[in-house]
Amino acid sequence: MSDPILKLEGVFTNIAQYHILQGVDLTVPRGEVTMLLGRNGVGKTTTLRTIIGHWRAHQGRVLLDGTDITGLPTPQIARAGIGFVPEDMGIFADLTVEENMILAAVSGPIDQTRLQWLFTVFPALETFWKKDAGTLSGGQKQMLSIARAMIEERTLYLIDEPTKGLAPAIITTMARAIKELKAQGASILLVEQNFAVAKALGDSANVMDDGRMIWSGRMSELTEDTALQERLMGLSMEAH
Amino acid sequence: MLKTLLSGDMPRAPILSALLVVILICLALAPFLFPGVRSVDTAARICIFIVLVASYDLLLGYGGIVSFAHTMFFGLGAYGVALASTHLGRGFDSLLIGTLGGAAVAATLALVIGLFSLRVRAIFFAMITLAVASAVAVLVSQLSGLTGGEDGLSFKIPRALGPAFKFADGEIFGVKANGKLLKYYLIFGACLILFLLMLRIVNSPFGRVLQSIRENDFRAEAIGYRVVHYRVAATCLSAAIAACAGALYAIWLRYVGPDTTLSMEIMIDILLMVVIGGMGTMYGAVIGATLFVLAQNYLQNLLSLAGDSVATLPLLPDLLNADRWLLWLGVLFILSVYFFPTGIVGRLRNN
Repeated sequence: MSDPILKLEGVFTNIAQYHILQGVDLTVPRGEVTMLLGRNGVGKTTTLRTIIGHWRAHQGRVLLDGTDITGLPTPQIARAGIGFVPEDMGIFADLTVEENMILAAVSGPIDQTRLQWLFTVFPALETFWKKDAGTLSGGQKQMLSIARAMIEERTLYLIDEPTKGLAPAIITTMARAIKELKAQGASILLVEQNFAVAKALGDSANVMDDGRMIWSGRMSELTEDTALQERLMGLSMEAH
Repeated sequence: MLKTLLSGDMPRAPILSALLVVILICLALAPFLFPGVRSVDTAARICIFIVLVASYDLLLGYGGIVSFAHTMFFGLGAYGVALASTHLGRGFDSLLIGTLGGAAVAATLALVIGLFSLRVRAIFFAMITLAVASAVAVLVSQLSGLTGGEDGLSFKIPRALGPAFKFADGEIFGVKANGKLLKYYLIFGACLILFLLMLRIVNSPFGRVLQSIRENDFRAEAIGYRVVHYRVAATCLSAAIAACAGALYAIWLRYVGPDTTLSMEIMIDILLMVVIGGMGTMYGAVIGATLFVLAQNYLQNLLSLAGDSVATLPLLPDLLNADRWLLWLGVLFILSVYFFPTGIVGRLRNN
């Protein structure tokens, strides 16, 4: 196996008086979709936010492509090649879809070839190109949020629950987008509660509980072992 | 051509466009359309307050930054011109040096305040600006040897801008061709340029980043923008433009004092103008400042007329007494916030 694109070594993160992450170890292999699974409130979102620098790791190291990025300011981490799609989508509602995309292209003008590719992945974006992002539906906002991260080629994508609350047709679009991204050679760390999506997309999986990583392995191992699923997450993937 | 001039930011509502055109024509031709001392003075104040309010909106409406030091920056520009004209003698060079000096000091002070306080919560920045603005106002009152204290400073402006200077024989459309007319057009022209400059700024990539920070600063950071740098830059720009407006105000009045430039009352007026016009729209500053300055100057007269017309009725003459104009201004403000929560421009655009 080649060098991992991202490595977390014994990361502890506190938010106010709460000890959210308590020694997280995580490896994201290059060119794969790595799933981050676990029940609500176990620290998955905090892990992503610690990687992007929103929350500071007060102990441990975050290595991006071998470089220590722990403690760097968020903009510097982002410009090092991480595309982040937060759970709340974080679109700029008062700006148009076009302006949202222009803002996301931090390296310079939008690459038109890549934009045309994005229009094939998310046709709604082209339709609503000049509309205020705030007027889009929930699914369209999610498409915009992911497209914004995809507008420039990144080393790693952190995507937090992209299918949450979306209609099945839009979930299919999201899953296809992530597959296309992977086909381009991108590495993706994906938090997902929809196990059908996780099963379809994940190459490897990491399960968290109570601020720690309790299991890491291939996704196929997890999907095939119902007893393991119930032990790790308290439920079975077959039920979903 | 017009689109380029407005940096692509068109009014996007027919009534708003019509209102803006009427205001522009009235201000451009004010000395000819309303040739009284008071009306031209009102027109000049409207021009200056449009720039001042727009510069505050650059900070509040576009950057989401609440500051209480805007009148301080306004005052720094005004005192810059007054001090330069007093110590360097009357002349255009003194006006220029004073304006640039005032703007530079304002931008530097904004940089220092911003770097110290914009890293933390927005409310902290607001508190710091309130404290610094109060300290500067007290300082200006106390340093009477330099600033004239509470009495302020009267100074001489170039003769070419005075009423005694005639740049042509006779009159132009019934208006004396004197330096006062030149001074009005200096104010009008400078304000128009500053306003167009601000339109350019808010519609530039910098303006877009600023708006994204206002909406979701964490997301803007996660894309790769250094939020503090952008916020500090917006604060400095806004302060420098407010100082330029202050310099123009001092030139117009040929006087500067704490009450005319540094008072908290003006700060509240600016806030009201931004809210009435509509936050996050440069055109909101035009509508807000025009309505507010007109109300400040003519509401008393209007009430007096209304009071006279109902003199025979009970209670109403008392209610419409000219001395109660501030009460009615407050009522108008409450009504405008109730009926136009997104400001007049926001409402017109949504329609």
